[in-house]
Amino acid sequence: MASISLRKIVKRYGSGPKANQVIHGISAEIADGEFIVIVGPSGCGKSTLLRMVAGLEEVSAGEIAIGARVVNQVEPADRDIAMVFQNYALYPHMTVFDNMAYGLKIKKVASAEIKTRVDRAAAILELGGLLQRRPRELSGGQRQRVAMGRAIVRNPQVFLFDEPLSNLDAKLRAQTRLEIQKLHRELGVTSLFVTHDQVEAMTLAQRMIVMNGGHVEQIGTPEEVYGRPATTFVASFIGSPPMNLLKGRASGRDFMVGGITLQLPAAAARDGELIIGLRPEHLANWDAAEGWPFKVEMIEMLGAERLVYGRLGDAAFTLRIDASLAPPKVGSTLRLQPSAGQLHCFDAQTGQRISA
Amino acid sequence: MIEKRPALTLLSHLVLILGVLIVAFPIYIAFVASTHTAQAIVQAPMPLLPGDHLLENYQAALSGHNSGSGSTAPVGRMMLVSLVSALTIAIAKIAISLLSAFAIVYFRFPLKNFVFWSIFVTLMLPVEVRIGPTYQVVSDLGMLNSYAGLTVPLIASATATFLFRQFFMTVPDELVEAARIDGAGAMRFFKDVLLPLSSTSIAALFVIQFIYGWNQYLWPLLVTTDENMYPVVIGIKRMISGGDAANDWNIIMATAILAMIPPALVVMLMQRWFVKGLVDTEK
Repeated sequence: MASISLRKIVKRYGSGPKANQVIHGISAEIADGEFIVIVGPSGCGKSTLLRMVAGLEEVSAGEIAIGARVVNQVEPADRDIAMVFQNYALYPHMTVFDNMAYGLKIKKVASAEIKTRVDRAAAILELGGLLQRRPRELSGGQRQRVAMGRAIVRNPQVFLFDEPLSNLDAKLRAQTRLEIQKLHRELGVTSLFVTHDQVEAMTLAQRMIVMNGGHVEQIGTPEEVYGRPATTFVASFIGSPPMNLLKGRASGRDFMVGGITLQLPAAAARDGELIIGLRPEHLANWDAAEGWPFKVEMIEMLGAERLVYGRLGDAAFTLRIDASLAPPKVGSTLRLQPSAGQLHCFDAQTGQRISA
Repeated sequence: MIEKRPALTLLSHLVLILGVLIVAFPIYIAFVASTHTAQAIVQAPMPLLPGDHLLENYQAALSGHNSGSGSTAPVGRMMLVSLVSALTIAIAKIAISLLSAFAIVYFRFPLKNFVFWSIFVTLMLPVEVRIGPTYQVVSDLGMLNSYAGLTVPLIASATATFLFRQFFMTVPDELVEAARIDGAGAMRFFKDVLLPLSSTSIAALFVIQFIYGWNQYLWPLLVTTDENMYPVVIGIKRMISGGDAANDWNIIMATAILAMIPPALVVMLMQRWFVKGLVDTEK
């Protein structure tokens, strides 16, 4: 097992003035045995970052260290890592056993040892009866487990997962998510997991790295990222439905947005251009006698809860309310009172959090 | 499309049977001719039922004979020459094409595109077009009347290289990366992953190239003057002397039938793989 250090990682494609820089100096320290999820929208550079750790892409500038060793110039096979690919990348002409054993065979591990290791991995992943099958005879979930088995038998220092769940259906995805968690608890191997799915990120991560446009937006535990988003991007990317963001002008406790003036709690009072964020569920009372005037436009029933879409003045706003409560009427106006201490303030220009 | 119209079915069967007859009848005639004596064949009308000289005619053809006005060399030797050349051409073509396609798809080297396009351009230069200079080269190298002379100029193949290049490009990149992480070097990846994956294409190509090699006519005609180095296709030609001379048509036809057997065998034995290689997209 090993820690991973990313030191000012830069990735450029091409060279000279036409070079296209996709990763702009990322630094992070990943502790030994930690499960880190890198999450971000498509094209934010998260897969490129992972592939640089794997050694499949060259690092343009900066250093990657696994354990104490800087691995910039080390071949992928010698980095002591294992990777699970999005489409599994199983060798189609080999049996499940051979797929898992291939890396060990190349390393010239004794065949008895190979058999022990493959059998152990197969037992962990419940692949015992499938060892003589070929990948095409397996279901998606089974292939996914074989891909993980191939990673496990190598006994690596680091697991790298490149969106391994995105080819599975929703039910299987939830189940595999739990299996990965269990696996990490049992093996305790440092893991980097790339996904664009914020639910995966929230459920799997011990800490998550939120990326956007080749920059790190925030590094923190799921609680920190959800509870204290560092930027408006994180606030709107993590959480579904996303945090309500209202851009307006504050003057003391008055906040002008969408043509109306809202009263801020005393603790949040400040002056100037501001973005106010409030999660849809963070309302102390949504049917009070007084508060922010919210006009209901549409209601979605999700089973356990209802999503109420509407407007504060001109600004769009969403509420999440318990489905056991009687729903508000479409067209009616509710009076909202935000929960104390749940109001987030961001700088209107930079989108950075203003610590309250 | 499923239709139930008896008249249409009848018509389509008639057309098919007619087609089979047109293709098969000459072969049948050749077979019939190879079972009669030379005198019996030249009588008009020629017999249409097999005679009783089958064994002696084929024996005469295979081991050489002493009548006839054309070449009388033994066909057994010719079959061997043909077999060796066809196998050499097919196997070497596949080996070289696989390696060059591998280089073009998986390696970055200077002038890569130039190399690819120059291979591609040779598609437009079949043997017949470059036959003069090629003959000069082969003759200067002293390769006339040798297996090398018969095969080397026919080995380089843009078609096969191109086919394998297209196939390799459909192999997912992740497979290459997985192999890299597993520690497989380039040749190891080639041997353990690419070769097994392209086995059906290789089989299909082998069939095509074997027949191509077996049926070579123009080039062996130029580079072989020694009866010992005649491929069987040339042998047939050499048996027929021009003018009004009496040819041993029974022996010639027996040779023709013999010459047809190996390619037919290759096609029949490898048919399953051959078809799979052409239609299969499974990866």
